[in-house]
Amino acid sequence: MTTTDIEQDLTRQQDTFREGLEANDWLLPTLGDGVTGLGPQAEDVVQGIASAARGIAARLSPEAGTRRLRFPPVNGTRLLERTDYVASFPQLLGTIAAFEGDNKAHRQLLATYEEQGDWSAQLTPAGHALVPAVCHPLYAYLEGSQVDGTVFELVGECYRHEPSPDPMRFVTFRMFEAVRIGTPAEAAEHREKWLAAGTELLTNLGLEVQADTANDPFFGRAGKLLSAGQREAQLKFEILTEVYPGHPTAIASANLHEDHFGEAFDLRTADDAVAHSACFGFGLERVALALAAKHGFDVAAWPASVRQELGLS
Amino acid sequence: MDSTIEATVRSVLSEQGKLSEDAQSIAVDADLYRAGMTSHASVNVMLGLEDEFDIEFPEERLTKATFTSVASITEAVEAIHHD
Ligand SMILES: [Zn+2]
Repeated sequence: MTTTDIEQDLTRQQDTFREGLEANDWLLPTLGDGVTGLGPQAEDVVQGIASAARGIAARLSPEAGTRRLRFPPVNGTRLLERTDYVASFPQLLGTIAAFEGDNKAHRQLLATYEEQGDWSAQLTPAGHALVPAVCHPLYAYLEGSQVDGTVFELVGECYRHEPSPDPMRFVTFRMFEAVRIGTPAEAAEHREKWLAAGTELLTNLGLEVQADTANDPFFGRAGKLLSAGQREAQLKFEILTEVYPGHPTAIASANLHEDHFGEAFDLRTADDAVAHSACFGFGLERVALALAAKHGFDVAAWPASVRQELGLS
Repeated sequence: MDSTIEATVRSVLSEQGKLSEDAQSIAVDADLYRAGMTSHASVNVMLGLEDEFDIEFPEERLTKATFTSVASITEAVEAIHHD
């Protein structure tokens, strides 16, 4: 097959899968490009995966303990600066704009709106941004504190501005993350343990998966250097499965950040060294859709062991 | 190694490298990442070098190895100049 053939084959597989998901009430249309809602079965499966992940967190809980926290999908724009997201991934970020004008400005807004013009150009930055990664608000919350290797368990929404006809690529989606901040050894151990436990859970759910080194989609030529460095140092692993035969998709990732966030948010260990961090995340909708691709759209007919693992029977 | 190129490399490093050592005196083969250069600092070093020398690093040179020492950077700049 030529490259074009392979691409056309992939597009066809994506279209067929999306049509199946929509026809069976797994994905619900919205007015947002690349944004979909979930039907009842898909949502049950998402909740089941999150619950199985919490089970792993309880089982792997270190001596320092595990804390479950919750941060909303919106944070201050400053967060994108503090994490270097603006420099590294400008193509993926999203900020929120609001109307802060007076009556005169309102008349202008209405006029533009009635002419079906671009009224959104008359909004101003609200100082809020959509959270791109579930662990980022955590570092900001812990800023300036001493860390002790506690694991933080988070479920939250992520925004990535990359609309795509591929139903596996969501513009907004939920991640379960287990994050550990402590010594370099604690961070490394966390990544190892969760990569193994995450692979095991996905395998028990009947998926054929494979862990592989990966890189984040850093922007531009500068990004080439960052990607190469990340791969060379094996900082990122993804767990991949072939929802589309011959085309692996990542459904979970295990990341070592070294001292990147420790440095940016002044997080220190008991010996006053800059803390290291690691996170493991399941893309909850992606895992759910991979299960639908594997076992079908009727969850009641899934293998008993899979239903049991997800707490659905 | 071209000494004028090396001097410019050192001055870009002292501006952008975030090194814990003096970029003017650090050994030519010392590991810059070990001397405190973060991956984001290495990006700024790369962009600074491209400005100073009016060059563009080809994709295959956008690796950690290229930016690992004064010597490796100077050699890369020389090679790109000669291409
Ligand atoms: Zn994370």
